[in-house]
Parts: sequence; C-alpha cells; structure tokens
Amino acid sequence: MGNRTLDVNIEFEQRKAKKLIKSQGLRVLVCAGTGCVANGSLKVIEKFKELGANVSILTDYDKMTIVPTGCHGFCEQGVLVVIPEKKVTYVKVKEKDVEEIFESHIKNNKIVDRLLYVDPKTYQHVENDEKINFYAKQTRTALANCGNINAECIDEAIAVRGYEALANVLAENNPDAVIETIEKSGLRGRGGGGFPTGRKWRFTAANRGGKSYIVCNGDEGDPGAFMDRSVMEGDPHKLLEGMAIAAFAIGADEGYIYVRAEYPLAIKRLRKAIKDAEDRHFLGKNIMGSDFSLDIHIKEGAGAFVCGEETALIASIEGERGMPRPKPPFPANKGLFGRPTLINNVETLANVPVIMLKGAEWFSKMGTETSKGTKTFALTGDVNNTGLIEVPMGTTLREIIFDIGGGMRDGKKFKAVQIGGPSGGCLTEEYLDIPMDYDNLIKAGAMVGSGGLVVMSDKTCIVEVARFFMNFTQHESCGKCVPCREGTKNLLKLLEKIVAGKGEMKDLEELEELAKVVKDGSLCGLGKTAPNPVLSTLKYFKNEYIAHIKDKKCPAGVCTAMKKVVINEDLCKGCTKCARVCPVGAIEGTVKNPHHINQEKCIKCEACLTNCPFRAIVLE
Amino acid sequence: MRVENHSVNTGRLDAIIQEFGGKKSNLIAMLQKVQEIYRYLPEEAMIYIGDKIEGLSPATVFGVATFYAQFSLEPKGKFEIKVCDGTACHVRGSMPVLNAIRAKLDMKEGQLTSKNGLFSLETVSCLGACGLAPVVVINDKVYPQMTSDAITIILDTLIQEDER
Repeated sequence: MGNRTLDVNIEFEQRKAKKLIKSQGLRVLVCAGTGCVANGSLKVIEKFKELGANVSILTDYDKMTIVPTGCHGFCEQGVLVVIPEKKVTYVKVKEKDVEEIFESHIKNNKIVDRLLYVDPKTYQHVENDEKINFYAKQTRTALANCGNINAECIDEAIAVRGYEALANVLAENNPDAVIETIEKSGLRGRGGGGFPTGRKWRFTAANRGGKSYIVCNGDEGDPGAFMDRSVMEGDPHKLLEGMAIAAFAIGADEGYIYVRAEYPLAIKRLRKAIKDAEDRHFLGKNIMGSDFSLDIHIKEGAGAFVCGEETALIASIEGERGMPRPKPPFPANKGLFGRPTLINNVETLANVPVIMLKGAEWFSKMGTETSKGTKTFALTGDVNNTGLIEVPMGTTLREIIFDIGGGMRDGKKFKAVQIGGPSGGCLTEEYLDIPMDYDNLIKAGAMVGSGGLVVMSDKTCIVEVARFFMNFTQHESCGKCVPCREGTKNLLKLLEKIVAGKGEMKDLEELEELAKVVKDGSLCGLGKTAPNPVLSTLKYFKNEYIAHIKDKKCPAGVCTAMKKVVINEDLCKGCTKCARVCPVGAIEGTVKNPHHINQEKCIKCEACLTNCPFRAIVLE
Repeated sequence: MRVENHSVNTGRLDAIIQEFGGKKSNLIAMLQKVQEIYRYLPEEAMIYIGDKIEGLSPATVFGVATFYAQFSLEPKGKFEIKVCDGTACHVRGSMPVLNAIRAKLDMKEGQLTSKNGLFSLETVSCLGACGLAPVVVINDKVYPQMTSDAITIILDTLIQEDER
C-alpha cells in the first residue's frame, strides 16, 4: 500500500501522443464501424487517401490524415465523415462524393451543402454535431471516444487520457480505495440486471490472495442492442483499461473477454488492442513497472443467447455447453475454473476509467436517485434517427424518441416502445414521460435490460411482436429447467395459434397463467424474464389480442394469415411492373389490362405493393 | 482408436488440437477451426477430437456442437445467407425478405441448404447493425436495408457469378 513510482510516465506518453496527432495535420474522421462498412466506408477511405496523397495543395495544413474511427452511432446516416477542425459532419457519403468534399471544402473551404444532415422536422441543413439534435441532446461518457479516435491506434487512445486512470490507480496502490470510489459512484451493472458494481467487486475482493479471474461479458445477445459492439469496435482500449483497474481492485491476474462470434470486427480490434497495450506494458507482466500483472484472452462465443447469463458464460469459457447453474455459489466465490471471478459487462467496465479520473461525485451527479450516470440505448424501429445514443439516467422516453430520435418515421403514429429486448416489455404513450431508470422501468413492467429501444408504430402488430420474442426465447432456452423449456414452448404455441387466426378467448387466460409459472419457476434470468413481453402486451394491448381472436383481424395489417394482397382493377394500368417484381410469379395479366394476384401462390411479401406506380395494390 | 477410415484429414485435426494446446477448455475454438475448413462439422472429426483429448468423449463433443447455433452438422452452401431477424430487422420487414429468398431458391422452412448445394439459408437473432435494418449477410458481406426485390436481384447476380 501507499504511493509508488512507476516506470511509465503517463503524462509524458500523453504529450508524445498529442504531438503525434498534431503532426497529422487536418484530421478527416471516417466511420469504419460495422454499419458504415456495410454502406461502403472502406471505399470512401481509399478515395480520400488517394486524393490526400497530393499534399501540397492544402493551404492551412501541411497534410491531411484520414482516420478510420469506430461507430459514430448514427448508423442509418452512414457513411459519416467528420472534419472536427472545420466543424462539419457529412452524412450518407458515397465514394463518388469524396472528390467534391475534397475539392470544395478541404481545398477551398466551401461547405458541401447537399451532403449535410437534413433535420426531419424543419428540413434545414445542419452542419455539425452540436446542431444535430441526435447528438446535441446526448451526454456521452462510455461512448465519448467512439467515432472520434482511430480505434486501432493506441496513441490516439492515450492522447484522450487513455490509461491515465490505470496509471494513477497503480501509483496510489490502494485496491480498497478503488472499490470505494466505484461504490460511491453508484455505478450499476449495464448488462441488464443493474446490480451495484462496487458491491460485486467487494464480494470478489473478499477472496483475494489465491488465483482469481476477471471476465468481461461481451456476449451481447439481445436482438436490437449493439452498444457493446460499438465500444469494442470504437474504443477497445477503454474496455481494457476498465478491466485492468477492476482486476487490480479485486486481485485478479488473468482475464477473459467473451465476445459473440457474430462480431468479427470487434474481435479483430480487441486482439490488436491487447497486443498494442502489452507492447507498451499497459497489460501483461508487471504493468507499468508495478507488481501488478494481467493477461487478457479473448474467447469467441458460438451463438447461444443464454451465455450472456454469468454462470452459463463461465461454462462456455470452460469449453462446455453454456448452461446456467443455480446460485449460490456465486461466481464471486466459485466461478471460472472454480476460482473467484468478477464478471462485468462491456459498458459497465467502459465507465470505470472515467469514474476513476473524474471522481465518484462527478459521476453520481448524473442520473436519478437510484440509478447514476449515463446509459447507452440502441434506438431503432420506426423513428427518423436510428442509432446508438447515450443519455443520463432519468431521461424520458419522449425526449429520446421525439428529440434525439427526431420523431416518428414517415409520419406514422406512435404506438409503443419495446425496451430491454426479449426480457423487457412494451410501454405505451402514457409512459413516455416517466424518468427512465432501473427501478421505474421495472415498476412499469419493462426493464432497462441491455438498452434496446425499438419504437413501434400503428403498423406494428403487438401480438406478432410478442410471438417474435417468445420464438426467440423458446429457441434460446437451454433446456436445463422444465418451466423454461416446456413453458416457453407452450407460450409460443398459444401465440402462434392467435396470430394464425385460430385463437380462443380461453387462450388468453392460459397465456397469463403459464407466463407467471415460467417467471416464478425458471432457474436463470432467461426464463425468469422470458414472459415479460407477453405479460406487458397483455396488460397494455389486450384489445389487440381480442381483435385477433374474436374478429379474426390484425389491426396493424401484419399477420399474414389474416391479410390478402389484392389489385384494385380500376387503378391498375396494366404496366406489368408488379408481375416482374413478384418473386413467385403469382401475378397474372397482359400488358395494358388489369392484373390479378393468384392468392394460392402469393407469399405476401408485398414487393408488388411497394413497387406499383399507381398505388393500385392494397392490403385487404 | 475407434475410427479407422477417415474422410477427414487427421493431420489437419492434429494440427488444430496442437494449436490449442489440446486443452478441453478450448474445444469451442477448435470446433470453430474445423468448421472453417469443412464448412460444417463432419462426424468423423468430432469423434476424432473426442477420442484424442483428455477429459472429452465423442458424446461431449457432439453435445457442445449441437448446443451452439454456429455449428452445423450438415454441409453449408457455397453462399451462406444469414437473414437477420433481430427486433429492429423484424419490425422493418425481415420476414418478407426471408420469404422472397425461400421462394427464389425453392427452399422450405427449416431447410438449411438448397438442392444444388449453392446456397444455405438461416436466420440469426441480431447482427448489431440495427440502424441498417433489415440486414442480410451473405458470406460476411453485409447488405443493408433489404427489400424482397432487392434481395432477388442480389441472388440473381450470385447465381450468374457462379455460372461464370
């Protein structure tokens, strides 16, 4: 205990890194997250590099550097190109636009208006993040660097105070003080449960002395959530630093990051980050010259949602079937390979360095009474601005959907928002103004979960959504305990029956009863929360269930058993476009004569409907 | 040794086992490597690994292989199609896209590989590209904002590409 001197002078490293960044000249940040890569960002980067090779033409800067960054969060507007020094954010940039940005803006300081973001409410062109509502209303801490630094370059992380907190912690050499700070900050687990992080650390630290492990849970399985992917891809060093601090606090010398196999880019960047950090002595043996050592390994998942549950995750790292086991014993006492193990989620660990840097008080000033700090949410569905956001706990759904999200897409009407994925629930309009935190959401019948927010309009069938989630959990149930294995199967059967138009009123009672049994009787979190989507939709949207059962109608026009795609003969001009786009050849007719859909062949994919120039095709 | 006639290359399997230190905790990683080579897990490979590694049996290997969605016990197609059916994709219409693929390739629900062995089709729960929903991935290339006619065109191109 007590202060000690380290081999690594982090201030000096920081100065060096900042100098390096300054020497890059004009920095052009191009998003290279999974979303933007799908939209062609690698080609944009290549084109920029090709143009930038000719440096002499730049007047204000002696050179320009293209920085491939992690996710900016605004995936739908990708590819995003940000030039911080010119205070501009370009959206939906394609390879062919690069030359114009270069010629007009980089060389001649003239903004390219047509590539700016257009506000969906005011239709105004907006130049930069400070003025784009999607960004302006956020508070980014865990995501602070995502999109601003080159995730594959350790110097860029060091320049924005990366590993400074770790250096301080190692110099002070007081593990208990670290735990105290985390406890005071009020940080709670961001993976779903919301267990106080500091308390978890203290439980594990009680077993200091022998071999113990730190495990980072990056098995982000909730459909509709991608914050952990963004952190791992966009700022891997922050995660590693958080892990190192946690490992120091609890006395672990070996760590695992368990990442979903569906995230190949995250795995690649983490591997590089670990190697770079080891080369700098920020990881590995005797970190920064202290007596603290930490080896971090990556374990790839193989596609099993239940592995997000901590005891199942441990089984999976050990190479077995990922099945949960009863607790106690808790992993804090008997975890990986039978040793004391601390398991934290990616976002939780990403909050640790900044708490150590800025203090517990700074962190706990944000948020509500019981939920401190900020939370990331993956905002998707029928809103104008979809993407990854981070807001203080206690922000209302209305602010998120209508300010940050820019309101409903295509003028659709808001119906519900699904929070927390397959363990969460659907909330209606009346809940839009409650401050969102762990406890308020539980009270309302939903949960923060991993933070997926899927906005639904009147074109979304709630019963079908409940069926969708039940199909997911039924599929992912590991089969160890009976209530979950058999219960989810039967819940799904009942929902399928209703969606197929064959439901009876007594099915609703059975649904509710069975849901409660599964909730009370299951072994792990998967089964305990699996009925939530059913229970919350039954609570708020019973009418819609009844419409499916009694009237045999799907009010949203989604359920295929109850819908029919037909051509209005009066409007059809016989242009044959529908017949050409139909993937199953179900549309018959000759040129300039009204066409007809063969209902037996039709798969209700609606390709004809979206392509008809005369709006002659309708859902019945 | 129970199996004498291997259609799999045991030398390659030995190399994989060695790469992961022959440790049973690395079983999942080894199976991932095997699948990378054969595009599925051949029965002989599972038996071989189960016999070879201490503390494992072919039954345990089979148990692990069937537990995780990533592993396939039958050969996959040359083009592996993954239709994302996560919440965001589902809400934005991944099912019509899936139906269009099935119709185009003449595949039934639950069928993994098309008759000619060119395509395999599966749904995945979330690829984390929710902002681009609905998403289809074919051999690791992500196709954003899919519709039923857009995917039909993509499949046509792939079929042509293969014929050439």
